[in-house]
Amino acid sequence: MRTISYTEALREALQEEMTINPDVFLMGEDIGIYGGAFGVTRGLLDKFGAERVRDTPISEQGFVGASIGAALAGSRPVVEIMFMDFITLAVDQMVNQAAKLHYVLGKQARCPMVLRTVGGGGRCYGPTHSQSLEAWFTHVPGLKVVAPSTPADAKGLLKAAIRDDNPVIFMEHKLLYGCRGEVSGDPDTVIPLGKARIARAGTDVTLIAWSWMSAEAGRAAEDLSTQGISAEVIDLRSLIPLDIDTIIASVKKTHRVLIVQESCRTGGFGAEISARISETVFDYLDAPLLRLATPDIPLSASPSLERAAMPDRSRIFEAARKLVEG
Amino acid sequence: MRNWYRSMLVMRLFEEKVEKLFSDGVIRGTTHPATGQEAVAVGVCSVLKKGDYITSTHRGHGHFIARGGDPRRIMAEIFGKVTGYSRGRGGSQFMADYRLGFLGGNGITGGSIPIATGTALSAKIKNTGKIAVCFFGDGASNQGTFHESLNLAGLWKLPVVYVCENNLYAMSTHVDKAIPIPHIADRAASYGIPGVVVDGNDLLAVREVMQAACIRARSGAGPTLVECKTYRHSGHSRGDQRIYRSREEEALWLTRAPIRRFRAVLIKRGALNQENDRRLRREARAIVTEAVRFAKQSPDPDPATLEEGVFA
Repeated sequence: MRTISYTEALREALQEEMTINPDVFLMGEDIGIYGGAFGVTRGLLDKFGAERVRDTPISEQGFVGASIGAALAGSRPVVEIMFMDFITLAVDQMVNQAAKLHYVLGKQARCPMVLRTVGGGGRCYGPTHSQSLEAWFTHVPGLKVVAPSTPADAKGLLKAAIRDDNPVIFMEHKLLYGCRGEVSGDPDTVIPLGKARIARAGTDVTLIAWSWMSAEAGRAAEDLSTQGISAEVIDLRSLIPLDIDTIIASVKKTHRVLIVQESCRTGGFGAEISARISETVFDYLDAPLLRLATPDIPLSASPSLERAAMPDRSRIFEAARKLVEG
Repeated sequence: MRNWYRSMLVMRLFEEKVEKLFSDGVIRGTTHPATGQEAVAVGVCSVLKKGDYITSTHRGHGHFIARGGDPRRIMAEIFGKVTGYSRGRGGSQFMADYRLGFLGGNGITGGSIPIATGTALSAKIKNTGKIAVCFFGDGASNQGTFHESLNLAGLWKLPVVYVCENNLYAMSTHVDKAIPIPHIADRAASYGIPGVVVDGNDLLAVREVMQAACIRARSGAGPTLVECKTYRHSGHSRGDQRIYRSREEEALWLTRAPIRRFRAVLIKRGALNQENDRRLRREARAIVTEAVRFAKQSPDPDPATLEEGVFA
């Protein structure tokens, strides 16, 4: 199979879905001739024209809300929020409108829109361009939340998100855009939302992660194997819907769990996973469940402070080793 | 024309009935009556075509009635019954009939302005010939959604008409304390679109302005901002004692009340006499009485369905 980047995989997904379905269109800041701040939509303006690849003014609330309206009217818009931090400006539209309409209008409304955005640190962009805010949205019934960590998942999950009849927050990661991997060129290859991926099978400890942390957990698992520790890595792929079955099966096998989240600790999605495990398979745990997260601080732009804040391969390795060796 | 008159009567009696049912404790939660704003709702809806989109507000029962919504199912929704438009899940502020293009009210002030804009965008991209009408109040015109949406619509020449129902008060706050210019319609200049002020208590005047705005929208020339000057005779919501305004002011606006004015027009044109006036009032009363009966006799939603339908 051919190898392409995460960015190219996302672009392919957009291009294929726009080709298959004329109702799909794109909106966002600088997504046209500029190709998006991270280049994901580069070239799509030439292929599909300005009607379907729409540059917007800096009006997150306006164009996110407009995408909701367009979805209600039968289109399938995909909007890009340049940095996940800017999603604050559109939260009312996602939380009070998109998420609720299907339920509160007695199933009349359908809101098939995708909000693509990029979260995460590691590039020293500072406190308002580095956050991972997924937990806010997992807390809102009616929204799906997806966070792929590989090029293949980026493509397959984005296609599934566009075909889904619900609003989807699709969270990309700055550090993943350049990563390369094997990706199917078949337009029919779609990865369903709500199915986790066992990125690496193991028996001694389960590492649960998503997005960039999943990639780091995979590398930590390699390091652990050199110490004779067999780590299983579960890449959640989507947080909502959550594949709790895959988590439970793994806990029953390894009896030890380390959850790795990039966002700050308190109220993160890791806490929810932890609670679910405690509620369902507590008796299978041989050691207290552990969480790795960024401390409860705003992220700094300083390279040394940012490095000190974020979980990474070596911290995952250390935490998992302690968990297994006791 | 008599249909418009009857629609205004139904709207008025419906709202008065809802207020009474709330004060009697028969229905719960909250509700925002549009008593006195009937000419806007009926005037605007009277010029729309089948399939056009409407987004409403927290004060939306009248918009729905004017658009052809079934008063029985609207009342049932306010009662929280399963026969309501939203199966009892939305209540006063969230009810819709997608087959009518009526996309529902909104619990967030100004929340529907970008949504209406988006339906117009979809109509333009899909070239369906449909237009969108977006109702909102004077208060909502101070939200960011107003600025962002009108800017987008002006930029992209979207087929949408923004109808501002300026009833002088955002809850208790008078427009003079919230907006530093005399006319909200003047804000249209910022978006390169026409802004029109109209007497919102004059049904025929509202129709005339709306007809021009709809022609403009359908022709591809873009949006219009229509400011309808009107007055909310009732309080903002249940429990509002209206301590922020004088009884003299209320009395003055009663002299401009829309239903009475339209009745005078009909009589003058020979379209209405005492006899058929009485008949239309009787019909309107019967519609509202039947709506209440229907709502009262309808079953509650089954709690077993509580978790159904979060996702499509």
